[in-house]
Amino acid sequence: MLEIKDLHATIEGKEILRGINLTVNAGEVHAIMGPNGSGKSTLSAVLTGHPAYTVTQGTVTLDGRDLLALSPEDRAHEGLFLSFQYPVEIPGVSMVNFMRAALNEKRKYHGQEPLNAAQFLKLMREKRAIVELDNKLASRAVNEGFSGGEKKRNEIFQMAMLEPRLSILDETDSGLDIDALRVVASGVNKLKSQENATIVITHYQRLLDYIKPDLVHVLYKGRIVRTGGPELALELEEKGYDWIKEEFEG
Amino acid sequence: MENSLTQYIELYREQRQAIEAAAPAALNALRGKALGVLETARLPRKGREDYEATDLNAIFAPDYGVNVNRVNLARNFTPAFTCDLPNLGTTPIYVVGDTIVVPDNRPDDGAIVATFAQARQLCPDVLNRYYGAVARLDDAATALNTLLAQDGLLVYVPRGVKARPLQLINLFNAGAPTMAVRRVLIVAEEQARLQLLACDHTPNTTQRYLSSQVVEIVAGKGATIDYYDMEESTPLTSRVASFYLTQEADSNVLVDAITLDCGTTRNDFYLDVAGERAESHLLGMAIAGAGQHIDNHTFIDHRAPRCTSREMFKYILADNAIGAFAGKILVRPGCPGTDAYQGNRNLVTSDTARMYTKPQLEIYTDDVKCAHGSTIGQLDEDALFYMRSRGISFDTARTLLMQAFMADVIDGVRIDSLKDRLHHLVERRLAGEAATCDNCPIHR
Repeated sequence: MLEIKDLHATIEGKEILRGINLTVNAGEVHAIMGPNGSGKSTLSAVLTGHPAYTVTQGTVTLDGRDLLALSPEDRAHEGLFLSFQYPVEIPGVSMVNFMRAALNEKRKYHGQEPLNAAQFLKLMREKRAIVELDNKLASRAVNEGFSGGEKKRNEIFQMAMLEPRLSILDETDSGLDIDALRVVASGVNKLKSQENATIVITHYQRLLDYIKPDLVHVLYKGRIVRTGGPELALELEEKGYDWIKEEFEG
Repeated sequence: MENSLTQYIELYREQRQAIEAAAPAALNALRGKALGVLETARLPRKGREDYEATDLNAIFAPDYGVNVNRVNLARNFTPAFTCDLPNLGTTPIYVVGDTIVVPDNRPDDGAIVATFAQARQLCPDVLNRYYGAVARLDDAATALNTLLAQDGLLVYVPRGVKARPLQLINLFNAGAPTMAVRRVLIVAEEQARLQLLACDHTPNTTQRYLSSQVVEIVAGKGATIDYYDMEESTPLTSRVASFYLTQEADSNVLVDAITLDCGTTRNDFYLDVAGERAESHLLGMAIAGAGQHIDNHTFIDHRAPRCTSREMFKYILADNAIGAFAGKILVRPGCPGTDAYQGNRNLVTSDTARMYTKPQLEIYTDDVKCAHGSTIGQLDEDALFYMRSRGISFDTARTLLMQAFMADVIDGVRIDSLKDRLHHLVERRLAGEAATCDNCPIHR
C-alpha cells in the first residue's frame, strides 16, 4: 500500500530525513519509535505534504500513486490521514462545518454526490460513538477549549469520518491519561480492517499494549536503523535508546 | 489640489433661494452657521491626524451634480417588492439619490417615520429641537452636508413605544455623476425601542456617485436602539458618512457598520455617552479588495459614571485594498465605574494591501476598566494546513478561516434573521461572489 524509498527531506536547508525505506501493506500496523529529534514527526509531516519541508530525494507511493506530487488535500482524498500530535484549534469554525467540508470535498474528488444534512448528521452521530465524543464537543469550534484528551479523541473521530486507507498516529498517546488512552486505542482498533493500515509513531511502548503492531521500526538520525517484531518495543522500553545509538554510532 | 469646498460654497450662494425654498425652516436655520465654518475650514487631506489614509478633499473634488431643484429621482423607481429578510420591516423606506420615499401603508406602531418635509406637519417640535443638535458643525464634511441638505428622514419613537423594525435602502441610479445629500434624524424617547437597518446599494455600476450622509441619533433614558449600516456599493461610489449619537442614562445602543463592498468610504462615529449606566456597542466589519478603500474613525466620549462601551472593528483586506481605523475612547474626569473596551483586528491577505490602525485611550478618572487591542496579521498557517490535511481545499480552507475571523462581529448583531443573512453574505463575499441577498430585485 505505502512504499517509501530512500526518502530525504530538509527544513530550512537542514536535512532531517536521510534515506527512509519503508513498506506498509494493507491490514498491517507499524510502530515507529525513536529518541527525540530522530525525525519521527518530520516523516509524518512530509508524508502529509506540510509546506515547510522539502523532499530532496526519494519516492513515496500510496497504492501505486506518486504521493509527493499531490497537494495535502489530494493526499487526504487518496486516503492518507494524520492524527496530529498537537491538533490545531480553529476558533469560529464549527466541527460540523469543518467535517462537512472535508467529507464532501473527498466525495466530490471521487465523483460522489455530497451528503445531505440528515445523512451527514447521522454519520456524525455514528462515528462519534466510536470514540465516545460528546455531542457538545461536536457542536463547538474545532478543538477550541478541548482538553488534551478530547483533542486526541477528536482526531480519531475525524479518522472514523474520513475512513482513510493509511492512518498515521503521531504521538497520539502524549498528554493522555490511562482512561483516555484506552478510549482512543479502542477507537483505532475498531477502525482497523484488512483494507487499511496504520502507522503508530510513539516514544513509549505503553500505547503498543493497546494497539498491537505487526512490525516495530526504530528511527534514528533520519533513518530506520532497526526493524523487528513487537518484542523490539519491549526491549526499547527496558533498555532505552542508548544501546541503539551506540550500535549505530559505534 | 484646490479647496474642494469652493465649488459647493459657490453653488450654495448661487442657488440659495432654490435650496431654501424646498426645505423646512429647521434646516435653513443652520445654513448660515455651516457656511461660516466652511469659509474658514478645509476638508482634511491625507496625512492629517485621524486622516492618515484618506484624502477627504479629493473625495469631494469631482464635479458632481447636486439635486438642488428637487427633481424626483425616485420617479422611475417602483419599489414593488418587499425585502425578504424575515421578521424585519415589511415596508422599506427608499432613498433614491436623496429623494426619500416613505410608504404610506406603514402599520401604526406609535412611531412617526417621515421625511423632514412631512415632519413639518407631523411633529415640527421634534425636528426643530433636535435637527443639528447632535452633529458637530465644526466638522467640515458635516457642515457641508448641513449647508446643502434639503430633506431627510425623521424617525421619532415616543416614550415607551416599541417601533416596528425599519429598513432604509439608499440607492444610486442616476444617469450622471451625482452627489446625494442624505440626512437621518432618530429620536427615541424614554424607554422607546427601535431597530433600523440601512443598506447602501449602487445598482448603476457605470456612474460616479458621492454620498454625503449625516445620521443623528438621540437615545433617551432607558431607550434601546440598534442601528445597522451596511454598504454594498461599487468601486465608483464614494461615501462620507458621519454618525452622531447621544445617550441618556440607562440607554442601550448598538451601532454596527458593515462594509461588504465599496469604492472609497470614510465613516465617522461620534458616541456621546452622556447618561449614567448607558451601554454602547460599536461594531464594524469591512471586507475590501482591489481598488477599495475603507476608513473608519471613531470617538467614544465617556462623560458619565458607570457606563459601558464595547467597540470592535474587523477588516479583511485583499489585493491592493486600503483599510484604516482610528479609534479613540475618552474617559472624562468624574466617570468612575467606566468599563470600556476597544479592539481592532485585521487580516491582510496580500502583499499589496495596506492597513493603518491607531487605537487610543485617554483616561482622566481613576477606578475605571479600560483596555484596547489592535492586531494586523495573516491567516493562521497551522490551521490552514490542518484543514488541508483533512481534504479541505486551500481556497475553501481560506474562506472558512476568514468567515471564522468575522464570526464574532456578526454574532454581535441583535436580530437573528439579520445575523444569519450576514453570515451568508460574508460567505458569498469571501468566495468572490456579489454580496447581495439572493432574492433582492435591486440587483436584477
